[in-house]
This record gives sequence, structure tokens and C-alpha cells, in this order.
Amino acid sequence: MATFIHALGGRFLAVVQEAGAMMLFLLEGLALTFVPPYRPRRVLQELELIGVKSTLIILLTGAFTGMVLGLQGYYTLRKYGSESALGSAVALSLIREMGPVLTAIMVSARAGSAVTAEIGIMRITEQLDALDTMAVNPMQYVVMPKLIAGVIAVPLLTAIFDVVGILGGYLIGVVLLGVSSGAYFSGMVQSVVPLDINGGIVKSLVFGITILLVACYKGYYTEHGAEGVSRATNQTVVLSAILILAWDYVLTSFFM
Amino acid sequence: MIKIIDLVKSFNGQRVLDGINLEVPRGQITVVIGKSGVGKSVLLKHLVGLLKPDSGQVLVDGQDITRFSGRQLQELRKRFAVLFQGGALFDSLNVFGNIAFPLREKTRLSEAEIRRRVFERLDQMHLTPDVALKYPAELSGGMKKRVALARAMIQEPEIILYDEPVTGLDPPMTNTVFHLISKTHQDSGYTAMMVSHDIPEVFQVSDQVAMLHRGKIIAQGAPAEIQRHPDPVVQSFIRGEVDFLED
Repeated sequence: MATFIHALGGRFLAVVQEAGAMMLFLLEGLALTFVPPYRPRRVLQELELIGVKSTLIILLTGAFTGMVLGLQGYYTLRKYGSESALGSAVALSLIREMGPVLTAIMVSARAGSAVTAEIGIMRITEQLDALDTMAVNPMQYVVMPKLIAGVIAVPLLTAIFDVVGILGGYLIGVVLLGVSSGAYFSGMVQSVVPLDINGGIVKSLVFGITILLVACYKGYYTEHGAEGVSRATNQTVVLSAILILAWDYVLTSFFM
Repeated sequence: MIKIIDLVKSFNGQRVLDGINLEVPRGQITVVIGKSGVGKSVLLKHLVGLLKPDSGQVLVDGQDITRFSGRQLQELRKRFAVLFQGGALFDSLNVFGNIAFPLREKTRLSEAEIRRRVFERLDQMHLTPDVALKYPAELSGGMKKRVALARAMIQEPEIILYDEPVTGLDPPMTNTVFHLISKTHQDSGYTAMMVSHDIPEVFQVSDQVAMLHRGKIIAQGAPAEIQRHPDPVVQSFIRGEVDFLED
């Protein structure tokens, strides 16, 4: 029993220690944004890799999520004779919850894993050491642009997801199932308030930082060759998904 | 120029460097030989501050760099260039981008001047201009080493550290790389420390040889002295005798 408690305590301490190390990593990465040389070109390159190249997958998942919401919402609301509320149901679900969460999970799966693999390979092939020996700070050259790109790209991708999702709901609810187009949009306009939109933006900002922090940290501290890169990539996807859902609960309770 | 005093480093309780004492004279190539996994690369990384020792000193021009702050290390590293074992070329940049990288980061030279210097270095390494547009994944092992050497040389460093510069190359390419190292050293007169286990080829380029064994320097001297050294461990290593009892 004592051994079990000892092991549990040791594991807990290791988790707390890693959380502290990640926070320091984040603070160093963000602080380097304000230290010359500034690297706008590197930020733009990372925006392309993390943001632009995730657009197609966000368009697809956004459209299908909106279509499912339209379908499910229609049949549920019809039982109460409230089909006209479909627009507000779809919009609120997307803007408050599904847009930020699903966008973050998709970005984590596509870009987060790629970032960990990229930095991890740079670590095991001594490319990060090479930067250091050329008096170029690898945190500033490699990590900082990715963190900034995550903060910018994820909220924008979330906005795209929301808009496409609303159009997907429109396609199913209005075009296929015959809900009035005016009712769909007027219900949306009446029920969505600025707090919903602000909440969605704050969530996506927090998720963006979380995904890129986990991805960069796990890649930066990769060890033990190709197996280490594989393990780090796996940990990035799992840990990001757990943190996104945990943050979602905390932020939702804050904005309710 | 570089003096290593009583350097000790352990990893997970295992002492890899156990009181290293070594001097790297200015303008000479000092080669550290020893079996794989004996800690040669670990020793090299201490010279440029990539690793901190448990105890001991690394003096560069009399200053102990183990006590340097991050900013001081950045300044120190401007005097160094390192040729890593695998080349450590940046995958995301082509050959031109890799060689130009130190100049773009650390100088205010015009793009025309950078271009001129990059092609001059490519020519020096007997690489054709069309290589400039290739990415590291498209290069052979020998080409990668030569591009990495070009990137190191373009910084015109005072000190170059070579980490196993010919590992994995075939004999002709090994001789080519050693010839290029020798030629660039004659032209520039830099100070160098190389770690290698490529015997006897490495004796061609070295002014001084030291052998690392079980965390200590067990022999040190001119290449001819090392080849005649009485220690059976040194002789066994130089002759490449079968060793089933690796440390």
C-alpha cells in the first residue's frame, strides 16, 4: 500500500513538475516575441503551415457538423412544433461549443502532430543544437513563430468552421427539410448575443495556445531517436485533446 | 587557446567524463580518438556550452565558459562553428539557404554578396552550382558533409569543432572530406578540435592526438607518438583489434 501511495505521489509530482516546465516554456516563447530580431516572415510561414493548410479539413468538418446539427435539430424541434428555432439551435451550438472544440481538435490532429514531429526531428538530428551554435536562439527561431501562429490561426479557423457549419445547417434545414429561410436567420440573429461570440473567441484563443504549447514542448524535449519522435507525437494529440476538453468545461462554466 | 581542466560529466549516475585534462593549441587541429560511445561528442559539446559539466573548467582564451550566462555564450558562439555528425542541415531550407543561413542571421551583407560567398564555398567544396537548389533529403552522405562544411566555413570562424566528420562515408569520400578539412585549415589557419574513430585516416589531418578511454585522456601527443604509444589499449584501438568487451 505504501509503495502504491509512493508511486502515486511520485507520478503526481512529475505531472506538476511538467506543468510548471510547460508554463515557463510558454512564457519564454511569448516573451521572445518582443526581443529583436523580430521574425514576421517566420510567423507568416508558420501561419501557412498551421492555418492555411488546415483550412480544407476545417471546411469539411464544419460543413458536416452543421449538416448533422441541422438534421438532428430539425427532428428534435419538430416534436415540439418549434422547427423555426432551428437557426438559433445550430448557431448557438456551433458558436459556443462545437466550433471552438472541434476546430481545436482537428488542428491538434493535423498541425499539432506535424509540429511535434518537425521539432522532434530537428532535436534528434541536432538541428536545434546547430542553431544554438550559430548564436541563433532556437526558442525564438523555431518555437515563438509557431506559438504566435497558433494564437492567430485557431480563432480564424474557428470562425470559418462556424460560418460553414451554419451554412451546412441551412442546406439541410431550409433547402432539404423546408424550414423557412427567414425563420432560420431571424432566430439566429435574435438568440445569438455578443457574449456567445466573445466566449467562442476566448475559447479558441486558449485552445490555440494550448495546442501549440503542447506540440512545441513535446517536440523540443524529444529523446531517443525515431521512437521518441513517435511517442512525442502521440502524446501531443492525446494531451491536447484532454486539455481542450478540460479547458472547455472551465471556460464554459465561466461564460455561462 | 582552449584548455579543459578536470572536466567531469555524468548522465543518470554514470560518469562519462571523469576528470578530462586537455589543451587545444591555437591554429592546430587536435583530434580526440576513442571507441564509439566513450563520450567524445559529449566532450565536444562542452566546448561550445551545449552541455554544462558537473565540475571542472573549459577555458577559452583564459575565460571559463562553464560560468557564462546565456548572452555571453551567444557572443562566444560567434567565434565557433560546429560540423555535426549528421551534418545537422536544416530540412526546410535548400543547400543555398543552409549555407547562407549564418550570413543572413548574423551579418548585414547584401543578397548579392551572400550569393557570391555561397557559390564560392560550394566551389571550394567541389560542389556544382546546381546543388544549391537541392534539399538535404536529396543529397548523398558525402554531399551533406561537404555542404555542412561549407556552412561552417562561411562563418569564417576562429575555432571549428568537428564531430565525426567522416562517419558513414566510403573510403574515397572519407579522403575527400579529410583533404577539404586539411585544405581549409591551411588556407584559414583556424583552431580545430575533432572527435573521430577513423584510424588511420584521421592521422593525416591532425597536429595533435588524444585518446579518450573510460572517461579519461590516456594518451596525448603528435600522431607519430600516439602510433608508437606503449599503452596496450591505445595500440589495440589503433590496430582495430576485436573487442567483445565494449565498455
